[in-house]
Amino acid sequence: MKPVSKIYTALILIFLFAPIAILLVFSFNSAKSLSVFSHFSLYWYRELFRDSETLGAVRNTLVLAVSAALISTVMGTAAAVGMDKLRSRYLRAVMDSVTNIPMINPDIITGISLMLMFVFVGRIFGAATSLSFWTMLIAHVTFCLPYVILQVLPKLQQMDRSLPEAAMDLGCTPLRAFYKVVIPEILPGVITGLIMAFTLSLDDFVISYFTAGNGFQTLPIRIYNMTKKTVTPKMYALATIIFFVILALLLISNLSDSDGAETIKQAKQKRSKTKEVLST
Amino acid sequence: MRSKNAAAPRSIAQRMALAPYSVWAVLFIVVPLIFIAYYASTDNSFHFTLDNVRRFFTATSTVTDEAGTREVRTYLLIFVRSLKLAVISTVICLIMGYPAAYIISKAPARTQKIMITLIMIPMWMNFLIRTYAWMTILQDTGILNGLLRLIGLGPVHIIGTESAVVVGMVYDYFPYMILPIYSVMAKMDEKLIEAARDLGCNGFGVLRRVIWPLSLPGVFSGITMVLIPSISTFYISQKLGNGKFYLIGDAIEGQYVANNLHFAAAIAFILMVILLICMAFMQRGANRRAAV
Repeated sequence: MKPVSKIYTALILIFLFAPIAILLVFSFNSAKSLSVFSHFSLYWYRELFRDSETLGAVRNTLVLAVSAALISTVMGTAAAVGMDKLRSRYLRAVMDSVTNIPMINPDIITGISLMLMFVFVGRIFGAATSLSFWTMLIAHVTFCLPYVILQVLPKLQQMDRSLPEAAMDLGCTPLRAFYKVVIPEILPGVITGLIMAFTLSLDDFVISYFTAGNGFQTLPIRIYNMTKKTVTPKMYALATIIFFVILALLLISNLSDSDGAETIKQAKQKRSKTKEVLST
Repeated sequence: MRSKNAAAPRSIAQRMALAPYSVWAVLFIVVPLIFIAYYASTDNSFHFTLDNVRRFFTATSTVTDEAGTREVRTYLLIFVRSLKLAVISTVICLIMGYPAAYIISKAPARTQKIMITLIMIPMWMNFLIRTYAWMTILQDTGILNGLLRLIGLGPVHIIGTESAVVVGMVYDYFPYMILPIYSVMAKMDEKLIEAARDLGCNGFGVLRRVIWPLSLPGVFSGITMVLIPSISTFYISQKLGNGKFYLIGDAIEGQYVANNLHFAAAIAFILMVILLICMAFMQRGANRRAAV
């Protein structure tokens, strides 16, 4: 790299990491100030672990992300298998476009549209509030599904079509051929889809914000509520912990060179690539 | 013959595999969009009216600023402001990201991998946290002003201005610009650049005639991936603009909080239609470029 290039990339990295570094440093500040560092203290971490509302939100987020990821992976994989075999070009085009909608639409529109429907249906049944864990789960499954489908479909298209037929010629039932031959072939795509769905669900704020009921708070919504009032560095402590969890995951996936670990790291990149394929 | 016999039940099984998703997609992707149109075109008792759509275009409010007091079209102003800030942020991301993507794509393979991982790390942090970090930095008593004071420059007031909102947008969506451009450039055939050089192109000529046209698909997807979230954001403007600069996302969220669901739907519907038209134009532009 030329010196100019080196300086430029260094500046970009400083721009990207300076705000995070500041959060990390001030999470260890003993005072509440956000600009003057008094001295090192773990006070805000102790405060964080005493905050039962935030800890509850972490649990809620994990429960929601695991359920949404599992449901969207099973349903999305089945859908990909079905879409791959669709003979009608017209039907296939319709399925493809519908699948693209949640990825192209801004999150706020996906969120509002689902919320309007939930509220309307809730009114019909005379419920005072129709938004709950279940509406959130539906919303999360809905925006995760396209990403799972777009991970699995290419694997099906790359697969040697004669493999499942060979298995059936050798006496496998179609279902058995599917489990023994097709599933192992598409498994990398399924796993990437699962991880993507999980991280998307963990990270989502906008869609959750519109579809969440009062009783159910995920971590991003909790962060939103915390930042609405004056913020204590407690939130910085939370951000620091999140940062190191991410860093640990990335390091693990870099150290172990296995395929599965690699997918964790690529999940986010694939998300942007998926969007990129769509918009070109 | 045997495989043909097996084909019949298989196709039924496959249709069954698609069934749950088809039902789900209709119920939770298609129908909700119809609900936006339905709410946008009805009043609180669900009678047909276009008042909410009309309100978006005609509602006025009084603004007082340096230029004096005047009447403005509230929501048109908000929309134009959203578009302006989103376009500025997208252009800055492109200007910053394009050289960076190029530099990374020319680095040794190992460096490339490390750089891309580094650029992705902030994306894994929730955007609420990232935005909030900037609030800490840009505050009047924040770190930026502390640094400026150290080198003897007067305090600058950034928080609560449009610039602060742009900084937040650029920071939050910057990786979405760099990654698609990088992935196109990494796949670019080195021989084309060499050929252009051999045929007498200078450095700038290679950039203009070879690298730039070949990287356009990445540029177009980078632009969409930055423009769409920044035009529809509502958190960044509330935190970094101190709520003074309402954007279209804030307008939707505000009406939702105030329980004016029909007007919220009308704004969302108009935003969706405008974005669809923009994307169609971009698509045509990209296709025409590809054809040339």
